[in-house]
Amino acid sequence: MTEHTVQHPDLERPERFTQDSLGWSPWLEPLPKSEFTDRHWEAVVDRARADMPYFALLARDPEILLARTRTDNDIFYNTEGGAPRAERELAATATSRLNGCVFCASVHSRFATQNSDRGEDVQRLLDEGVTATLDPRWDAVVAASVALTETPSGFGTEQIRALREQGLDDVEIADVIAGSAFFNWANRLMLSLGEPQVPKRRSAS
Amino acid sequence: MSDDVIDEVLAILPGDPLDAIRAARPAARENAQRSYEALFEPVDASEASLAERALVAQFVTGVSREPLLTDWYRAAAVDAGAESQAEVVDALVATSATTGPFGAYAEVGLAEESTDGLRLTIDAATRQLLGARLASAIEHAHLLVFRPREASAAALDRLLDAGWSTTGIVTISQLIAFVSFQLRLVIGLGALQADLVESGATAPTGTATPRSDS
Repeated sequence: MTEHTVQHPDLERPERFTQDSLGWSPWLEPLPKSEFTDRHWEAVVDRARADMPYFALLARDPEILLARTRTDNDIFYNTEGGAPRAERELAATATSRLNGCVFCASVHSRFATQNSDRGEDVQRLLDEGVTATLDPRWDAVVAASVALTETPSGFGTEQIRALREQGLDDVEIADVIAGSAFFNWANRLMLSLGEPQVPKRRSAS
Repeated sequence: MSDDVIDEVLAILPGDPLDAIRAARPAARENAQRSYEALFEPVDASEASLAERALVAQFVTGVSREPLLTDWYRAAAVDAGAESQAEVVDALVATSATTGPFGAYAEVGLAEESTDGLRLTIDAATRQLLGARLASAIEHAHLLVFRPREASAAALDRLLDAGWSTTGIVTISQLIAFVSFQLRLVIGLGALQADLVESGATAPTGTATPRSDS
């Protein structure tokens, strides 16, 4: 059997960064549910994810998918101390904005807005890019994420001190580092295995 | 085999400030290591060999200029019997390390932000030394490290044409992406460690006392 990519010439693509909900279509065939074994079901954690093309595609290598998901959940959802949820999502959004992942940025900019009630600031980051001025604390989080995301990395004690000056403690700083670092993982999967799409408009109501 | 690669390369010891900081996110710490093991000590290496995995990671860390993990993965490549290919990868790192992220946007409204830069195409002689599979994986790694926004279905077709299966492409994509995460944790935590040493800190701020009831 010859394996091949799946092209989507007729997709309506987003034109820019947005907080709207987007879809995502894979360029490789997800693992069909009929081929899932216990190993694959364990890896998707939530069985409903077997119907989501991103997770069903990643399920082809179940061990790394499972470890990836558990890493993700602790970095972003463990709220025992550390950075506010909004600032972890801000680090994810800034990283996605710089790398150019419109899909990832759409999801995590929405989360940043939901957790901060600062939708206009989040939108400025999407519209103007990572040099947008938000407020001193958010600017330090964005600048740290940018320095860590660039290659070669410009991240060092200067960024640590800028975060400290804005009142972040050690665990908060580590959360910002992990949030940005993790999106350097997620962006590269989302960008390279498929593409975003504007969902078909639902019938007018 | 290592208990925790990140602790090992940063020489984080039990009781160090960084040990306590990392302990605040125990599942993330454990699963960064589980991720490493899933990719580099896999239960099934049939779609991507141990040498291929180590050599691609050597390339990613090398062009990203993170020396601690470059040494780690280069040693893993040598352990997997790929010393001559590791030397070829050294040479490719030296000639293709550039700055990123750059690239052309597919989104029409972002065209003004598109930027250009150095792209890697491996020459025929080097391709012969590495083999078609590994050469195509390294070109793909260069794409994902420096210009992920230019990734495309056509890039995946080049991997399929070089002999990668769909499952093998998922593994190698996870590997390139995971190492991009891992090397940034090393850089970020390394900077925090350096800052704590310079400021003479003995106990980190923000770490909760473990609860006795959990």
